[in-house]
Amino acid sequence: MTLIVDSVAKAFGRFPALGGVSLEAREGEFLALLGPSGSGKTTLLRILAGLETPDTGAVSFNGEDLLRLSARERRIGMVFQHYALFRHMTVAKNIAFGLSVRPRATRPSKDQVAARVADLLRLVQLEELGDRYPAQLSGGQRQRVALARALAIEPRMLLLDEPFGALDAKVRRELRRWLRKVHDETGVTTIFVTHDQEEALDLADRVAILKDGALVQIGAPQAVYDAPADAFVFDFLGGAVRLPGRVEGGRLTLGDWTSKAPTDAPLGDVQVFFRQDQASLRGPDGEGFNALVTGLVQRGPAVRIDLEGLGQSIELLLPPGEVPDQAAPGRILRVAPKAVTLFGGR
Amino acid sequence: MNRPGKLHLPGWAPLIVLLAVAGMIALVVLPLAMVFVQALGNGVGGLLAPFREPDTWSAIRLTLIVAGISVPLNAIFGLAAAWAVTRFDFAGKSLLMALIDLPFSISPVISGLVWVLLFGAQGFFGAALDAMGIKVIFTVTGLVLATVLITLPFVARELIPLMQEQGAEEEAAAMTLGASGWSTFFRVTLPNVKWALLYGVLLCNARAMGEFGAVSVVSGHIRGLTNTLPLHVEILYNEYDFVGAFAVATLLAGLGLLTLVAKSLLEWRFSGELAATRRH
Repeated sequence: MTLIVDSVAKAFGRFPALGGVSLEAREGEFLALLGPSGSGKTTLLRILAGLETPDTGAVSFNGEDLLRLSARERRIGMVFQHYALFRHMTVAKNIAFGLSVRPRATRPSKDQVAARVADLLRLVQLEELGDRYPAQLSGGQRQRVALARALAIEPRMLLLDEPFGALDAKVRRELRRWLRKVHDETGVTTIFVTHDQEEALDLADRVAILKDGALVQIGAPQAVYDAPADAFVFDFLGGAVRLPGRVEGGRLTLGDWTSKAPTDAPLGDVQVFFRQDQASLRGPDGEGFNALVTGLVQRGPAVRIDLEGLGQSIELLLPPGEVPDQAAPGRILRVAPKAVTLFGGR
Repeated sequence: MNRPGKLHLPGWAPLIVLLAVAGMIALVVLPLAMVFVQALGNGVGGLLAPFREPDTWSAIRLTLIVAGISVPLNAIFGLAAAWAVTRFDFAGKSLLMALIDLPFSISPVISGLVWVLLFGAQGFFGAALDAMGIKVIFTVTGLVLATVLITLPFVARELIPLMQEQGAEEEAAAMTLGASGWSTFFRVTLPNVKWALLYGVLLCNARAMGEFGAVSVVSGHIRGLTNTLPLHVEILYNEYDFVGAFAVATLLAGLGLLTLVAKSLLEWRFSGELAATRRH
C-alpha cells in the first residue's frame, strides 16, 4: 500500500500554497512533513484528506486515484491540531461517530460499536473517561480521543496535523513516544505534519522537508540530519552555526584560520555550517579562529558558550569535559569546527 | 468558561448604577405597568370585554398565523445564511452580510412600503398579479411578507458570531469520518448551534407578533380579515375604547414578557451547556 503524490499544486487566490510537490509514503510508514509555517505542509495534508482540492497533480493510494473520492469516501483518518472533537458528544459518542454514520447495511450493531469503543479507549488509555465531554478533558486527553476517533473507522491511512502543537513541552514529548507506540501496534501508514524538527526527527521513519510550497529533501532522520540538502535544511534542523568562509586551493579560510577543505567543497565564498556540539574550543595557541567569550551557562548536561567571532555571535553547546579551563567571559579562545558542511554563496 | 474578575466599584459608581436603574424604571417598567393598570380601569370585566368581540379573536388568530409562517421561514433562512457566510468565501459575501442587517437600519414603514411598491395595484408587478387574480397587498400574504422582511436579521445575527467562533473543523472531521452532508448537518452543525437558534427564534417570534409599522402599511386594517393584534390595539385606541385597547395590549405585552421569561429560563437551565458549545 503506497501513497503516491505526483506534482500536486494548489494556490489560494494569488497565494501559491503548493508548487508541484511529489513524494511517496510506503506501507506502514511513519512520514513526517516538516517545514516552517507557510511551507504548504498542512495544505498537502488537507488535500490528502479530501478537505482541499489541488489545482493540478495526482494522488493515488495503492493504485487507486484518491482525488476522485470525496473526503467521506476515502476512509482516511485525520487528527486536527485543535482536536475538532464534537463538543456536544461524550468521549464514547465521539469515538463511535465514524461507525454510527455508516449506511445501515454496513453499520455494526450497537454491541459491536460499544466493544470497538471500549477497545479504542483502552488503546488510548482513557478507559474511565468514556462518559465525559471534551470540555472536561485536558489537552493531551482530548488529542488522544481525537486519535481514537480517527482509528475507529479502521483508516487506510492516518493524517495528523500538528497534533501536539497546542500542548506543553512535557505532555508533547510523552504523547509522541506514545503515538509512535500506537503506530507500531496498528501498523497504519501515518503522515504527520509538524514545524518542530525535534519532533519529526524523533518520531518519523522518514522526514520530508518543505519550504515555500516545494519539497526540499526527503529521507531518514539521521540521513537528513547528517547530509542536509541545502543551507535552509541545515539551519531548520536546529542547532546550526553558520559562518562566512572562503575556499581556495583546497583550503578553507575562516577569519585568520585556514584548514583543509572537504574534497567536494564549492569554490570561492561559502557558507560554513556545523552543529553547535561539533566544534572544539582551545586556548589562544590552539587550532581555530579567534572568538571572544561573552557568556558561559551550564544548561542541563551541556554548557552553553556564547562567543563573538568573525563579526557575529556564535552559540556552542559542549559537554562540560570539553570546555577548557581558560573559558571565561572576556577571554579570547580558538574555535575549530570538527565537521563542516559547505554551501556556495554568502 | 472564564469570566473576567469583577471590579471594585469606585466611590461615584453607585450613582451611575442608580441612574441606570432609575432610567429603566421610568422608561420601561412604569409604562409597562401603566398598560396593566389601564387595562384594569373598569375591573376584570372591562379587561375581558374585548375578548368577547369576534374581531379580537380574529386578530389573535391572524397574529399567530403570521408569526407561525414567518418565524419558521426565517429560522431556515437564518441557518442557511449563517452557514453560507461562516463556511464559505464567495463574491458578494459582505453584501449579503449588509443585506441581512438592512431591516435593522431602515424604518419599518419602508419595509412595508417596498411591498406596496412591488405588488400594490399601482406597483411594479401590480398589473401582472391582478391579471392572474393574485392579491398580495391587504391580504395575509402581504402581512407575512412584511413580517418576514422585518424579522430577517434575528436568527442569522444570533448564529453568525457563534458559528464563526466554532469554525468548520468539526464538520471537516465529520466528513473524514464518513458522514454525509445531511448527517454532518443534523449530528454536528445543528446540535452545536441549537441554543443560539432557539434564542434567535424566540426573539424573532416576539418581534413577529409585535410588529406594527410594516404590517400597518400592507394590512389595509380590514377588521376581522387583515388586522393583527398590534393593529387591533390601535383601532380600539383610535375609537376611544381605552380600556379595550389596553386590555388587548396586555395580551400583547404578556406574550412579549413570556418570551423574555422563556429566554431567561433557557439561559439559566442550560448555562453549562451553552458555555460548552461556545468554547472547547
